[in-house]
Amino acid sequence: MTALSIIYVILFYLAMITLVVGVANKIVQYVRVPAPLKIAVTPAPITRGGVVYRFFTEVVFFNSLFRATKWTWIFGWIFHLSLLLAFFRHLRYVISPNSFLWPLVNLEVVQSFGKYAGFAMLFGLTGLFVRRIFVDRVRYISSPSDYLMLLLIFAIAGTGLLMSFSKEVGISGVDIIQLKAFVMGLFLLDWQSLPGDIILLVHLTMVLFLMMIFPVSKLLHAPGLFFAPTRYQVDNPREKRHLSDWGAAIEAKDGRNA
Amino acid sequence: MADFETPQTHEFPVIPTVMEGAMAHSSPFVASAEFQSEMGFPGDGGLIEGWKDRFLDLLDDKLGKYRSLQVFMDTCVKCGACTDKCHYFLGTSDPKNMPVARQDLLRKVYRRYHTFAGKYFPKLVGAIDLTEDVVNDMYSYYHQCSECRRCAVFCPFGIDTAEVTMAARDILAQVGLGQKYSNQIIPKVHKIGNNLGLPEKALADTLEGLEEDVEDDTGVKVRFPLDEKGADILLVTPSADFFAEPHVDGLMGYGKVFHAAGVSWTLSSKASEAANFGLFIGSYEQMRQVSLRIRDAAKELGVKRIVFGECGHAWRVAYNHLNTLAGPWDFLDQSYPIPQHILEFTKDCLDRGILNIDKSQNDDMTLTFHDSCNIARASRIGAEPGSQFTTPREVIKAVCNNFYDMSADTIHDATFCCGGGGGLLTDDLMELRVKGALPRMESLKNVIADKGVTHMAAICAICKSQFTKVLPYYGMTMDQIVSVHQLVGNAIILDGQGDDADESDDADEAA
Ligand code: SF4
Ligand code: SF4
Repeated sequence: MTALSIIYVILFYLAMITLVVGVANKIVQYVRVPAPLKIAVTPAPITRGGVVYRFFTEVVFFNSLFRATKWTWIFGWIFHLSLLLAFFRHLRYVISPNSFLWPLVNLEVVQSFGKYAGFAMLFGLTGLFVRRIFVDRVRYISSPSDYLMLLLIFAIAGTGLLMSFSKEVGISGVDIIQLKAFVMGLFLLDWQSLPGDIILLVHLTMVLFLMMIFPVSKLLHAPGLFFAPTRYQVDNPREKRHLSDWGAAIEAKDGRNA
Repeated sequence: MADFETPQTHEFPVIPTVMEGAMAHSSPFVASAEFQSEMGFPGDGGLIEGWKDRFLDLLDDKLGKYRSLQVFMDTCVKCGACTDKCHYFLGTSDPKNMPVARQDLLRKVYRRYHTFAGKYFPKLVGAIDLTEDVVNDMYSYYHQCSECRRCAVFCPFGIDTAEVTMAARDILAQVGLGQKYSNQIIPKVHKIGNNLGLPEKALADTLEGLEEDVEDDTGVKVRFPLDEKGADILLVTPSADFFAEPHVDGLMGYGKVFHAAGVSWTLSSKASEAANFGLFIGSYEQMRQVSLRIRDAAKELGVKRIVFGECGHAWRVAYNHLNTLAGPWDFLDQSYPIPQHILEFTKDCLDRGILNIDKSQNDDMTLTFHDSCNIARASRIGAEPGSQFTTPREVIKAVCNNFYDMSADTIHDATFCCGGGGGLLTDDLMELRVKGALPRMESLKNVIADKGVTHMAAICAICKSQFTKVLPYYGMTMDQIVSVHQLVGNAIILDGQGDDADESDDADEAA
């Protein structure tokens, strides 16, 4: 194994641990902090099932964003959808051909949709970036990190596309068999060497960086979405008494609710 | 009229260009020691010594107590979806009145002291140190938010700026920057029973006067009982209902409905106020103390049911929090909602056909309806999600012949705040109130022009007071705002009410 491969093996584990531990940490925090009051934004569902449906419309269609602004919605939605498609395409690196999932992952649609999703991703990101620069209100609220985040993902998608279309642009292709061996090796603790293509290394480095900053950046919106009491609470305060531990402690002290 | 210009209304909404610092001068009076200490807050009109450490401790404490705050501090992606949703931004052009920018006043500090990125790369993520300037900015702009939650409807992550505003206001009050208006009012509730400081005797006189008025109008003796033990229903209503126009016409309407329905009811001098400013200042403890008066009153009077009068934030607190803060309500009759909204009561009476209604009594008006923010986005009136929109409209249509809605993007859960909610209904914020009313005034003007609407009905004491004040700024008249139960009251023909019903209507109009 080359020194380069060793470095990347270490980086991979570091990034993985940062991501998993960091996000888990945040989720534990969100779960632990109580929501002392009913604050569902109404009209809100009056059943648990209704809440699931509310989240379905938010997660799948970005319902609220759609109501708010069509431009951000179209760019944002396309971006996230292509992210999902690209994710499916990348599953081929972590799923063994013997797995029952393999036929699914290896489907022509999954692979080619994932391939072309890269372009949609660039389109969505460009739209979001342009909006951030040219709409005065959005420019006002943007920090350097907001622009850099878009650029980072843009660069990841761009390098990914370059590799996918290496033939078309006339550069040498990445040895994806070896790449897969490397990735599978990480999971099986049987480390293999990583192809040394510079584009691949740039691509991977940026992905690892993205994983590492996930728990300390606004990417926390992904888990955070599910912890907004305004959205997940059932609208039933009159029917069911809602009381936090610290609220109960206040009651216990003066006994006035007895 | 004032040293600021009333904004222009348009046929179609216009999103203003950002004008930095446009409202930087707007700040409500800071509470002096007198009002701070009554609330258990320190300071005398300014920051206390050692405020910075205290502020950070309090922020820490809030983050550990409120999931909403903790999550909202993290999840904003600065997508900008909320930036044009706040009536204060639309009316003032000040970018710090964009909901996300308002949240950022606190978020920047949160990032600096609570996040890895903010600690080590503050410039990169826009994190800033907590300084006196920063705190003063917070005091100013967290008092340019009416906690109306319009932003929360459109945010893809459900981020509710009102939650941030409430947390920030409570922290500010505890480092010496309490708001005079709210801090002056809350102790009155505890000591006297209502926000106005209307003592029991005066209240009794007022109610007696109301009985005489209704009798003069209708020839029927309708009672407005106070502190009557053994009554079935305790009515808790905003104290403005006792004297201000058009609120008091609403109170007469409730009285007529109760009378016609043949139920026994009473007001309480102890709980002679539905409003709960504990919500506005973000204090769980205050909100609870104010709510507990209602529990005590209900127990003392031995009532079976609690009904709330027309008030937006009061209904928000009652609907969402009364059970949490002052429950459990096992001693009340469980076959009715606890608490119940007066519109739920009236709607039920209308549905059962026990009210004798003459719609033509309201024929001199063409109405529209203003959805109050706290009712639209933070509660329900009726059994179904969204019945907070249908119930009032159905009641209005049942008692009036002429009704038109304002444009669709300004009603229901997209309704615009009146501009005076959330503890901002004070003269020292007049400029903000007038400018913040812009979007609502605009859609009202348009429905007046398009449909010949003459009056706007509301079910919130703050909305009614605010509109009475700001309508003239926009070239309309203060009497164009009416209570929904005023309309109900106009249309009810009581048993024994003679042919002089028409006169009653005239009398109402003249008042
Ligand atoms: S809660 Fe209302 S007033 Fe406050 S920022 Fe949001 S839209 Fe504006
Ligand atoms: S809509 Fe929500 S996520 Fe977007 S900028 Fe506003 S608060 Fe942040």
